[in-house]
Formats: sequence, structure tokens, C-alpha cells
Amino acid sequence: MEGNIAILGYGLSAIGPGIGIGLIFAAFINGVARQPEARGMLQGIAILGFALAEALAIFGLVLAFVFR
Amino acid sequence: MSLHLLGTSLVAPMASGEGEGFHAPTPEEFYWPIFGSGDWTFTRPMAVFGLSVILISWALIALTKKAAIVPGKGQWLVEQAYDFVRNGLARDIIGSKEFLRFVPLLFSLFVVILVNNLFGIIPPIQYPTMSRIAFPIALTLVVYVVYHIAGMRKKGVGHYLTGMIPKGLPKPIYVLMIPLEYAQFFLIRPLTLALRLFGNMFAGHMLLLLFVMGGEYMLLHGGIGLKITSIGSFAMALIFTAFEALIQFLQAYIFTLLAATYISDAISEEH
Repeated sequence: MEGNIAILGYGLSAIGPGIGIGLIFAAFINGVARQPEARGMLQGIAILGFALAEALAIFGLVLAFVFR
Repeated sequence: MSLHLLGTSLVAPMASGEGEGFHAPTPEEFYWPIFGSGDWTFTRPMAVFGLSVILISWALIALTKKAAIVPGKGQWLVEQAYDFVRNGLARDIIGSKEFLRFVPLLFSLFVVILVNNLFGIIPPIQYPTMSRIAFPIALTLVVYVVYHIAGMRKKGVGHYLTGMIPKGLPKPIYVLMIPLEYAQFFLIRPLTLALRLFGNMFAGHMLLLLFVMGGEYMLLHGGIGLKITSIGSFAMALIFTAFEALIQFLQAYIFTLLAATYISDAISEEH
């Protein structure tokens, strides 16, 4: 079997952001379900949180290709 | 490898003449020289970016030249996009006092990134420009200079730099806090801004390449069982193309959103 072990690092780095993004959107859905008129305001905050949490996974992906 | 570079990305012929099996797509798949060589090569992303600039300029001028009170379809589309960036992003985040200065920058960023991302799935082009790291870095550099200069002009250099550190904390905490805050403003923010756009476009294109190349290999070189399985691979490519469209729009939105947030952080008083 061939391949690059650095890719495993990407797999590990995706765990944390995966959980984090799940929590963010769970909170977002909860908020909208309780108060549908707040959707517009919550959406921006949720997307911002998603973008920040995602950064770690992206680091993992990029580093997997940098350290080949 | 030269065979890979000649074909279009979706029908890239496999170098299978030697019968050595399937090659997974690699980052080298993204390097497409058109002419020239060495440091002065004119590559495919450059052509795509140039095309996008021509297309955007033409569309924006043509669709808004005869602006009517009751907008037509084209004018409506441009107005929706402009309204989305101006009111939905800039005014809500930067605040109604100072947002107008930054609207041209944010609108340009949004439209350029959106069109270039969408080129990743539009059939004759099929190359997301932002999957080459140089393009996100250039865009991030513009945002980086703008938010620092805007902050320094508003508050003065000294006040701007000290304003980054939150006040009223216990003294020993500052040993940890000062390097962290400066690293965030000067290193982590631009780095993540560029890498997020690059990483998403790169990974998305790679995924599509993998499914299509894998399906193509199974269809042309596999036995009868593999030929049937290739349908699944092509179906996944189709599904992920639709998914990519969503991600591409989202990334253009996130880049603009974060640019607006950074500008707002730099010029707001409370920090």
C-alpha cells in the first residue's frame, strides 16, 4: 500500500473542527427554532463561527501537502 | 504526466499505456502552463482570472448602463448582489457611519471570488483560480493593508497598536496575552484568510478530480464488475459538483464577511 502518512494528520486535524462545526450549527438551529425572526442575525454569527472553527482543518489539509 | 496536462481536467487521459494501474490525482495536476517557461510561465489560472475580470467588467457595465426605475432581469441581479454586500455585510458589520468607504472593496472582492470559484464547475473552464495559493495571497494582501491602514489612520499608530490589547486584566496575564493578540492580528488572521479560501477550492477540485478520474479508469480499464461500479463514482462526482457550488458561494461570502469583520475590528473604538 502506497501513500503519504501526512494525510493521516489531516484526518486527525479534522476531528476537532468537525465536532466544533456540529455544535455551532446545532446551536444555530436551536436558536432559529425558538425564535424564527432572529434568523438573519443568527446566520451571520453562525457562518462566522463556522469559518473560524474550519481554519484548523484547513491548516491540517495544507500542512499534509506541505510536508510530503 | 504530459498527457494529464494536455487533456481537460475532466477527461484527463490516464497514463495507463504501461499498464501500471490507477494514479490518484496529485497537486501537480493543478499546474497548467500555456506558454512561456520558468518564472515567466503564463498558466491556465492566469487566463481564467483574466477572463473573469473581462466578464465581470462587461457584465456590470452592460447591465447597469441603462438603469431603469423598474429594473429588468439583469439589473435586478446586479442590484441583488450589490444590496447583499452593501446592506447585508458592510452596513451590518462595519456600522452605518463608516461603511460606505469600504463597500467598493468588499463588493469587488465578493464578485471576483464568486465568479472565479464558480469557474471551477462551469464546463468549458473548470478551473477554480483560487486553488493556486498565489491568488488568495494577493487578495488577502489587499485586505491586510486596508484594515491596518484604516485602523492607523483612524486612531493613530500608537493608539492603534495598544488598542489591540484588552485592558483591565491582571498583570501576569499580559505576558501571555500580548504575544497572542499581536500574533492574531498580524499573522493568524491573514494566514487563515488566505489558506481557508485556497484550501476549500483546492480540496473541492481534488475531490471532483478523484471521482471522475477513478470512474474513468474503472470504466475503461476494469473488468465488467468495475465497469458497473464506475456509475457510482460518476454519480458521486455529479452530487459533489452540486455540493461544490454551495461551498464556492459560501467561501466568497465568508471571505467578504471576514474582511468586513477585520476592518470593523480595526476601526471600532471599544477594543
